[in-house]
Amino acid sequence: MDPIIIVGTGLAGYGTAREFRKHDKERPLVLITRDDGANYYKPDLSEAHAKNATPDDLVKKDVDAMAEELDATIHTHRQVESIDRGNRQIVLNGDTLTYHKLVLAFGADPIVLKLAGDATQAIHKVNNLFDYRSFRSNLGDAKHVAILGAGLIGCEFANDLVEAGYEVSIADPADWPLSQLLPKACGEAVERGLAKAGVHWHLGHAATGVHHSNKQLQILLDNDESIHADAVLSAVGLRAGIDLAEKAGLKIDKGIVVDRTLVTSDPNIYALGDCAEVDGQWRPYVGPLMQCARTLGKTLAGGDGETAGRVKYPTLPIIVKTHVCPVVVMPPVESGGQWEIDGDMPDFEARCMSEDGRLIGFALTGEATNKRRDYIKEAPPLMA
Amino acid sequence: MKKWQCIVCGFEYDEAEGMPDEGIEPGTKWEDIPDDWTCPDCGAPKDDFEMMEVD
Repeated sequence: MDPIIIVGTGLAGYGTAREFRKHDKERPLVLITRDDGANYYKPDLSEAHAKNATPDDLVKKDVDAMAEELDATIHTHRQVESIDRGNRQIVLNGDTLTYHKLVLAFGADPIVLKLAGDATQAIHKVNNLFDYRSFRSNLGDAKHVAILGAGLIGCEFANDLVEAGYEVSIADPADWPLSQLLPKACGEAVERGLAKAGVHWHLGHAATGVHHSNKQLQILLDNDESIHADAVLSAVGLRAGIDLAEKAGLKIDKGIVVDRTLVTSDPNIYALGDCAEVDGQWRPYVGPLMQCARTLGKTLAGGDGETAGRVKYPTLPIIVKTHVCPVVVMPPVESGGQWEIDGDMPDFEARCMSEDGRLIGFALTGEATNKRRDYIKEAPPLMA
Repeated sequence: MKKWQCIVCGFEYDEAEGMPDEGIEPGTKWEDIPDDWTCPDCGAPKDDFEMMEVD
């Protein structure tokens, strides 16, 4: 019996494996990962100081424990080089493995800014535990950390680091933090909360270069200002990991294109998580990917073809763990809405209303986040 | 007996059913699940759950 092969051991890969094993204890299961296969919960990375956790503390189970729990073979530190769809085989470092069904769950890659300067190699990114270990070891002697990008990851790290006693500066070309998710007033509430905690903001300005300067790093901004810091973290966004799928000729758009059954343009290959675009939506967040893992686990256990389960997303807001000014946001599920904002700094309730007066998204900041349950009941599901 | 759903990940917990595979007896209230319990789906600790009652 050929195995189910899952590429990736993040939340999507391990999540799918767990769900599959709930329904099928017989078929062999193989997982492949570029890293060491440790199971951790990625949202913990940007909250590690608050949880008083070292990178080792964040590991929930090591690869041996995961292999035993899942009754699976897990190949670590291996990279899939190509997919031979005709023969249902993958090639990794010279070995060839045959699959019954293949699951692509290799996540997203941090976008790398093109910056000038002689210190661009020193810029950290954090999109997995391996990156985080490297960042944390660099923080050992650092006092001042500069963050490029004031999105969800940038703001969460700013909060975690400033509360842990680091001096933090953050730069973003947008005029307010979380500008992709929040209307201006809500973003300004986060800006103020973090500023009060000690974060130095450089909004409206992009970084142009990173240079060595004495024993520090100098980040140049497009207004000729600069930040002198001991460590630099880039958190300017993610891009779905599509290279392998593209090379194999699978249909690609913002991510690997899959339908509601999570099947790609090849009926024997599935994709989910941050690398996949499900029915036109790319949502690189925990909630959607766990829904996908639950559906796909059942499908792989024997519900494929006509009987495959179809993914639905309930109303799953994004929780931004900026403790100094918490945020709960559900970006509008359709376009053309207007934001209506109520409340006073920093406690805002923002309702995104459709032309015909329906709530299609919301954003809550500060004390207003206590009303999240009411909003979740009123708001539509992400994918009905 | 109540049913709960996590607003972060969509995980559902039905107190009437419990989670026998996880050693949680049927009839266990969400609040009585031990603090060191972690999500069987994603590994998140109980702290990270945001449970809200569903019908």
